[in-house]
Amino acid sequence: MLGDYFALSFKNLKHRGIRSWLTLLGIFIGIAAVVALITLGNGLQAAVSAQFGVSSTEVITVQAGGLNSYGPPGSGVVNPLTVGDVEAIDKLSTVVRTIRRNLPSGRLEFNDRAVFGSAMSVPSGEDRDYSYEVLELEAEFGRLLKDGDRNRVMLGYNFYADSVGLEKSIKVGDKISLQGEALTVRDYEVIGISKKKGSLVFDNIVYMNEDPLEDLMGYGDDVDLIAVQVKSKDLMDKAKEDIEKLMRKRRGVKEGEEDFDVSTPQAMMATVNTVLGGVQAFIIIIASLSIIVGAIGIVNTMTTSVLERRKEIGIMKAIGATNQHVFMQFMIESGLMGLIGGAVGATIGMLIGIVGTAGIGSFIGSDIPLTINWILVFFSLVGSFIVGAVAGIAPAMQAAKQNPVDALRG
Amino acid sequence: MGDKKERKKSSIGGKKNKALGKIKCDKEIIRLTGVSKIYHMGDTTVRAVDGIDVCISEGDFVAIMGPSGSGKSTSMNLVGSLDMPSMGKILLDGEDISTLTESDLAQIRGKKIGFIFQNFNLIPNLTVKENVMLPMMFQGTDIYERAVTAEDLLRKVDLGDRMDHYPNQISGGQMQRVAIARALANDPEVILADEPTGNLDTKTGEKVMEFLQQLNKEGKTIIMVTHEPELAEAYAEKVYWLRDGKVEKTTHKKNGFKVEAEERALHRKHGWNGKKGNRKSRKGLDKKKLVKGKQAKKGGK
Repeated sequence: MLGDYFALSFKNLKHRGIRSWLTLLGIFIGIAAVVALITLGNGLQAAVSAQFGVSSTEVITVQAGGLNSYGPPGSGVVNPLTVGDVEAIDKLSTVVRTIRRNLPSGRLEFNDRAVFGSAMSVPSGEDRDYSYEVLELEAEFGRLLKDGDRNRVMLGYNFYADSVGLEKSIKVGDKISLQGEALTVRDYEVIGISKKKGSLVFDNIVYMNEDPLEDLMGYGDDVDLIAVQVKSKDLMDKAKEDIEKLMRKRRGVKEGEEDFDVSTPQAMMATVNTVLGGVQAFIIIIASLSIIVGAIGIVNTMTTSVLERRKEIGIMKAIGATNQHVFMQFMIESGLMGLIGGAVGATIGMLIGIVGTAGIGSFIGSDIPLTINWILVFFSLVGSFIVGAVAGIAPAMQAAKQNPVDALRG
Repeated sequence: MGDKKERKKSSIGGKKNKALGKIKCDKEIIRLTGVSKIYHMGDTTVRAVDGIDVCISEGDFVAIMGPSGSGKSTSMNLVGSLDMPSMGKILLDGEDISTLTESDLAQIRGKKIGFIFQNFNLIPNLTVKENVMLPMMFQGTDIYERAVTAEDLLRKVDLGDRMDHYPNQISGGQMQRVAIARALANDPEVILADEPTGNLDTKTGEKVMEFLQQLNKEGKTIIMVTHEPELAEAYAEKVYWLRDGKVEKTTHKKNGFKVEAEERALHRKHGWNGKKGNRKSRKGLDKKKLVKGKQAKKGGK
């Protein structure tokens, strides 16, 4: 019997005009938005994470000023971290190693043009390998920096991709000039281009060994960022507390008034998720509104349909349809309309998700695994059917209670 | 004859209940007793049907005849239990329809009565075959049986080659035959045809009527509502003549559609609405009809 209703409804819907289908736009947009959002979920997370420079490795980063300061880490900070802080943290029992990192800003000249940007210090020895691992840094062309590379730099991928404003692609072997402290300008040879990371920070950066960078910039003992390797994953929170305690003592600040920030990958991930959550909440609100608008559209179409098909209702009743038959017929027809809107929406949503994920993947230069959440698709279809059916209740009741004689008169 | 007299007397004399038991109507399927349908239009009330008594026996071919405005559409709705009477009682196969819920009534109606309408009333979105299958769906027949029965019925009305056409792809005569097949879908005891030839030309109309006659021969009870006396007398065994919401007279084929003398007397004595002019014109009409009826009968033979 239920199958009959569906078959009949399908036949009736086939003969519906475009007007009926337009009212489904709301459902269609709503479902498409939700499905696209969830399908894009992985991609979005990867994209946002890349911007934040979140690494999967268990590394705590310490920086002055906290995450709320603008600009690259350490810039514009009144009371910067020092080499002393690095050494003190290194002595903590939960810590394996600390890596000092400086990110000075400067001017780069090439092809008779200049751009402003940041450089990043790369430590020497074992710390170098660890750094590369943490940053997931690999060379696309040429090679990574080695100990003893004094007048050599490695550049982020965007210098090669020519998207930094130099109007010429920089290749391995090219010479660039960097302007340092007191307007001194030195020439460097490009020995490598990093693989694309999809981050506006890491793809636009100049990597230099620690000593030559300090020579050029003259930042002395100031440190912009300390990367801390913790003994084990389980000690992350403990290490974080230890570092915070130590730093409060060293900088003479009370708990709650920290002028520095100690963040774990988890904390950074949480920040990423907060950002994503905000975006998702917004999209879901828009989607819900569209679905409500769609539902009202269905109520409207179905009410019109009941009026238009009064005669048909009369015929059905004359040939033996009970009120329940008529009610079910119209409600299922309404549900089916919702379902069709939802199905089209889910298909378009998935396409957006697939294309979007591929797009983000090529932007951040890595393959993002595409996960199509079939359970979500199933529930959005069921949901759209239910929305349609619920929207159809009032019109269906109106249809069911038609008096057969009056209805037959049309 | 006697029972008819009784009935008329009773309805006129207001002794309906007492007379009820005396009305003989063999194997009755539908019985209307003192049925009225009153419509309220603003302050005025319209008695579309005013105290009619109708009895339909199994296997009858009955015509309900009347000019437009005579209340024949309303009485058809009542006879087909599509509508509830304002007064009086309607028994469908011995069951008082006013005691049934709307849904039960629909179910029983779907099973016992097949409708044929003047304007065919097929559902345009469904194919011919699906239209015929529809009444069976409401009775919960399984889909395979529905398809087989529908195909059989359509072949019976010579539409075996039009099953997958849509109503707008076939002619009026064909549509009416589809409607006949649909009316037969649940193998009902009664076929109720409302002006079945009203929208058809003479030739196709005849074919439709032949089908109805054939069905009657096969044992189906046929009730036909029409405004054409010729049609009524050409096919029906019994004709209820309606005027102004009342049964003016009942005639039988076996009597050559003559109004019995006693009944005539009654008519004269009581009148139906007390208007002389009306009665006169009615008499004139009657004679004309009788002649035509005879002719039709002759022609038929």
